[in-house]
Amino acid sequence: MHVLGERKSEQFERIFVPHLDAAYNLARWLTQNEHDAQDVVQEAYLRAYRFFDAFRGGDGRAWLLAIVRNTAYTWLERNRGREVITVFEEEVHGPDPAAADPETLALRSSDAQQLRQALEGVQAEFREALVLREMEGLSYKEIAEIAKVPVGTVMSRLARGRKRLEQLLLGTASKGAER
Amino acid sequence: MTCQDAQRLLGGYVDGELDLLKQLEMEQHLAECAACGRAREALEVLGAAVRSEGMYHRAPAGLEQRVRQTLRKAEPRRERVSRRWIGIAASVTVVAVAGWSVWALLMRSPAEERLSAEVVSSHVRSLMPGHLTDMLSSDQHTVKPWFSGKLDFSPAVTDFSPQGFALVGGRLDYVDGRPVAALVYRRRQHLINLFTWPAPGPAGQAIEAETRHGYHLIRWRKAGMAYWLISDLNEKELRELAGLLQ
Repeated sequence: MHVLGERKSEQFERIFVPHLDAAYNLARWLTQNEHDAQDVVQEAYLRAYRFFDAFRGGDGRAWLLAIVRNTAYTWLERNRGREVITVFEEEVHGPDPAAADPETLALRSSDAQQLRQALEGVQAEFREALVLREMEGLSYKEIAEIAKVPVGTVMSRLARGRKRLEQLLLGTASKGAER
Repeated sequence: MTCQDAQRLLGGYVDGELDLLKQLEMEQHLAECAACGRAREALEVLGAAVRSEGMYHRAPAGLEQRVRQTLRKAEPRRERVSRRWIGIAASVTVVAVAGWSVWALLMRSPAEERLSAEVVSSHVRSLMPGHLTDMLSSDQHTVKPWFSGKLDFSPAVTDFSPQGFALVGGRLDYVDGRPVAALVYRRRQHLINLFTWPAPGPAGQAIEAETRHGYHLIRWRKAGMAYWLISDLNEKELRELAGLLQ
């Protein structure tokens, strides 16, 4: 949609600045740092602007978030090198329905700081899926396009992210391996 | 539906991503199985928690301003020239654009010119029968390892079929006096070559585009690697692929 006489930068700003919060939220959850998130957001908007011609209309937020995501991971590689990540280890017996405890979960998650720390404890790719699904309400297909993985991988990341989050909140997190 | 199935599909159910049949089966199972019902409740509690207000980080004060300023600075000169002449005869705009193109050409060094020419030659040669790929496969997990042992670097290989750019395969080529990786993509009936090789230098430089002999070229540098995209595909769509490769 093109407004007559509108400069390219004006058009770009009109479409994409409204998604600034979404961009910052994703960057913040990926870099886990307010200052770094702001750097990532600025760089992402700049790249988005350079590729504005490739934007075919449609969901501006999803298009922008894909760029934010890539920018964040590139930024992390460049500035944090190989991070030591705690890998979630699958439980030997698989998920146990009898262990589900929604009441305790509700209690623990009402503590804002504990909740935030728990999500920060989830591995980056799983955390990313949770942010895009729960906070941005994106579909599996949209998340798959942003993360450049198949839908099945999105489902798997969400399941593992949720499991990890639950364990961290309940304090039943198994010892992970460092990598 | 067994509990094992239900556990596997519970996330999809809560996210509303199951097809109707599975959804109905799930509802039936949940009505009959208390344990899975509680697991579903647990998922909903987690979801509500992650969605809660305090978890969403809104942009801090001043960020919007800084972003807008960054964009203003990035606006190419050409845009500002055109804007001043809006409403005046179209020929003036054409002159402004042509002038910018001449400026861009004059700014290019002979080495860059030669490199562009080489990339075009390599591309054209690859279009001849039997010369397109050494490794014909749309599976990025097959193509990427094929390069190791043949090149002193490992190119990133991604299939973009979901976005309309299918990976056709890979090939060794020779550009700028060194062996390079060539990845071949297809968009409709257009073939696209992506050449990449290590090129240490300052990162974060602009993506540059040019047209040569009817081919569109887009090049950039990222993380110590040089990337050249070339195709007879129109520039707009080629830029799309360039965007995906960032």
